Amino acid sequence: MKRILAVLILSLCAAAPARADTTLTFYYPIAVGGPLTKVIDGYARQFESENPGIRVNPIYAGNYDDARIKALAALKAGQSAPLSVLFSIDLYELLEQDAILAWDEVAASADDKAWLKAFYPALMLNGQYKGKTYGIPFQRSTIVLYWNKDAFKEAGLDPDKAPATWNEMVQMGRKLVKKDAQGNIVRWGVEVPSTGYAYWMFQAFARENGQDLMNRDGNRTNYAHPDVIAALQYWRDLGAKYKVMPEGTVEWGTLRQAFTEGKTAMMWHTTGNLTAVRDTAKFPFGVAMLPASKQRGSPTGGGNFYLFKKTTPEERKAALAFVKWMTAPERAADWSMATGYVATRPDAYATPKLKEYAAGFPQAIVARDQFQYATPELSTFQTGRVRKLLDDAIQASLTGQKQPAEALKAAQAEAERLLKPYR
Amino acid sequence: MKHVYGWLLLTPAAILLIGFTHYPAAATLLDSFFSTGTALRPPRFVGLDNYAALAADPVFRQVLGNNFWFALGTIPTAIALALLMALWVNRRLPARALVRMAYFTPTVLPMIAVANLWLYFYTPQIGLLDKLGALFGAGSHNWLGDPHLVLPATMLMVVWKEAGFFMIFYLAALQSLPPELEEAGRIEGASRWYFFRRVTFPLLMPTTLFVLVNATINSFKLVDHLFILTKGGPDNASSLLLYYIYQVAFSFFDTAYAATLTVVLLVLLAALAIAQFLLIERRVHYR
Repeated sequence: MKRILAVLILSLCAAAPARADTTLTFYYPIAVGGPLTKVIDGYARQFESENPGIRVNPIYAGNYDDARIKALAALKAGQSAPLSVLFSIDLYELLEQDAILAWDEVAASADDKAWLKAFYPALMLNGQYKGKTYGIPFQRSTIVLYWNKDAFKEAGLDPDKAPATWNEMVQMGRKLVKKDAQGNIVRWGVEVPSTGYAYWMFQAFARENGQDLMNRDGNRTNYAHPDVIAALQYWRDLGAKYKVMPEGTVEWGTLRQAFTEGKTAMMWHTTGNLTAVRDTAKFPFGVAMLPASKQRGSPTGGGNFYLFKKTTPEERKAALAFVKWMTAPERAADWSMATGYVATRPDAYATPKLKEYAAGFPQAIVARDQFQYATPELSTFQTGRVRKLLDDAIQASLTGQKQPAEALKAAQAEAERLLKPYR
Repeated sequence: MKHVYGWLLLTPAAILLIGFTHYPAAATLLDSFFSTGTALRPPRFVGLDNYAALAADPVFRQVLGNNFWFALGTIPTAIALALLMALWVNRRLPARALVRMAYFTPTVLPMIAVANLWLYFYTPQIGLLDKLGALFGAGSHNWLGDPHLVLPATMLMVVWKEAGFFMIFYLAALQSLPPELEEAGRIEGASRWYFFRRVTFPLLMPTTLFVLVNATINSFKLVDHLFILTKGGPDNASSLLLYYIYQVAFSFFDTAYAATLTVVLLVLLAALAIAQFLLIERRVHYR
C-alpha cells in the first residue's frame, strides 16, 4: 500500500511539469522604477490571474533606443524575448534583421481577425508592410497645440479659440509676445521643439502643407518637394521673420517647463505630455489640433507590440492572448487615462470610464479627433540615417546655417543614395 | 618549472586583457574591412570601401573638427585652473578642508547628473544663466540652440567638471615638495613668481604629464553630456567623435562603419599618447 502511494505521489510530481506555465517575457521601453512600471506590472498580474498557465515577465529596458538595442542583442545571442513593445518606426529595421513575425500568421480565428481591424487605421500604418500587420498599436501619441488661456486673455485674444491656420498662429503669436521695459522678450508667442524629434515636428508642417515625407514601402523620401521646402521656410520664419518664436533650436526636454512657467503662450508637443502639463500648469490651458495650411495634419508616434520569429507555438499563442488582453477596449481606456497616450481604438472611447473622463477633461480627446488628418511617423529602410539627414537639414535651417531649399535638396540626394538598393 | 609558475601567475590578468582589450581591438580592425551584415544580407569583404566612405563623410570631418576645438578648449583651461586651485588650497586658509571639498565636488557627480543640471543653467529664459543675466538687463540667449555657442557651452561645463579632479593630483604633488626648497628660495630672495616658475612648476612636470595624458583621453572619451544636452545638435555643431560612433553603431546599426570610425579613434589616441610621451618626457624631471 505504501509503495503504491509512493508511486502515485512520484507520478503526480512527474506529471506536474508537463503542464508547466508558458513564460512570456517582453521588453518594455521605460526606465526601471518609472511611474508606468507599476501600471504595467499591475496589468501583468491581472492577466496572469485571469489566464492561468501563462506567466508574464516584463523587462523594463530604458528608452526606445535602449529597448531596440537590447531586443536585437538578445536576438543575436539566441535568446530573444517572444514579445516586445518597441518604437513603431523600428519596423523596417526589424524586418531587415528578419526578426519579427506578422500577427496575421497567428491571428487565425474570426475573432482574432476582427481584432486586427479594431484599431484606428491611422495607427496601423506604421505597423504594416506589404499588406501584413507587424505592429499592434499600444502606447501611441500625436502632436497637439497647447495654449495658455491666461496669456490669451492678457493679449486681448479670445481665450477659448486656438489658431486654426498658419496665418492665425503668426497673427496671434505677434500679439502674445511680451517684452519687458528693456525690450527683452519675457514671453514668446509659440515654440516648436527642434532638438529631440525635429523630423517628427516637421512631418506635421509638411503634412499641413499637403505633403508626406516618405512612401508606404519605406524606400523613397520626399524631402525636396517645393511644398515641403515651403513648410520648412514657414517654421524658420516663425523665428527669423515673424519673431514669435526664439531663433535657433528649441530644446525638447525643457519646453514643457517653459510652457508651464508661462515663458511661451503656445507650444507644439506630444500628447504624452498632457497629464504632466495638467499636473504642473497653474493656469487654465487648452489643447487643440495643429493649425492648417492647406489642411490639418500631424504624425502619429509611439510604441507597438512586435512578435518575434524565434518563438515556440505556445509562446505565440500566449503572446496573442496577452496582446489582445492588453489592447482590449477597457484596458486601452484605462491606459489612456493613466498616461495621456491616446486610446488606440474607437470602442475604447465608448467605454463609460473614458466617456466620463473626457467629459471632465475635454483636452484628452483632441488627439483622437485629429486622427482623421494623421500621417504615419517617418520610417524607412536605413531609418536611423534617413531620419538624421532630415534632422540635420531642419536644424541647419532653423539656426540660419543653410537655406531650407539647399538643406532639404542635399538631404534628399543623400537619402536617394541610401534607399536605392531597397527598390 | 619557474617559467610555468610565472605564466600561471600572469594568466588571469592576460585573459582579461586579451578578452576585453586586445581581441576587441583586433576584431574591430577586421570588421572595418567588411560590409555591415543583416539577416538577409550577410557581411562581405569590401577592402577599404569603409575608409573611402569615411574620407567622403562631411559629418565625420565636422565631428573631428569639433573634437579638435573641444580638446584645445578644455585641456589647457582645465589644467591651468586645476593648478591655480591647487596652489590656492595648498596654503593656510580658513576652512581649508571645506574649500578643497567644494572644488572637488563636481568630480564626484556623475556626468549625466551634471548635464541635467547644466541643461537647466542653459535653458533660455527659465535657466540660471538667463535669470542672472536678466538682473543686469541682458536679454535671453539660446545657449544650446545656437551653433556658434553650443560647443563653447559644453566645453565650459566639462572644464568645471574636470578641473577639480586634476586639482587633487596637483595638490598631492605640491604636498610632496620638500619645504626646504621654499625656505632656501626665500633666503636667496627669489620672488614668488620666480620661485614658482623655476622650482615649483618644473618639479610638478611629472604630474602635469600625467594630467595632460588623462585630459587628452577624456576629451575624446567624455560624451555622456551630449545625450542629455544636445544630442550632438544643432546640425552636429556639438557632436564629438565618440558620440558619432555611438549614433552610427546603435542608431544607424551600421556596425562596419562604426568599426571603421573606432579604428580612427584608436589610432588617433595612440598617436597622441606616443607624441606626448616622446616630446614632453624630455622636459620632465623625475626624482
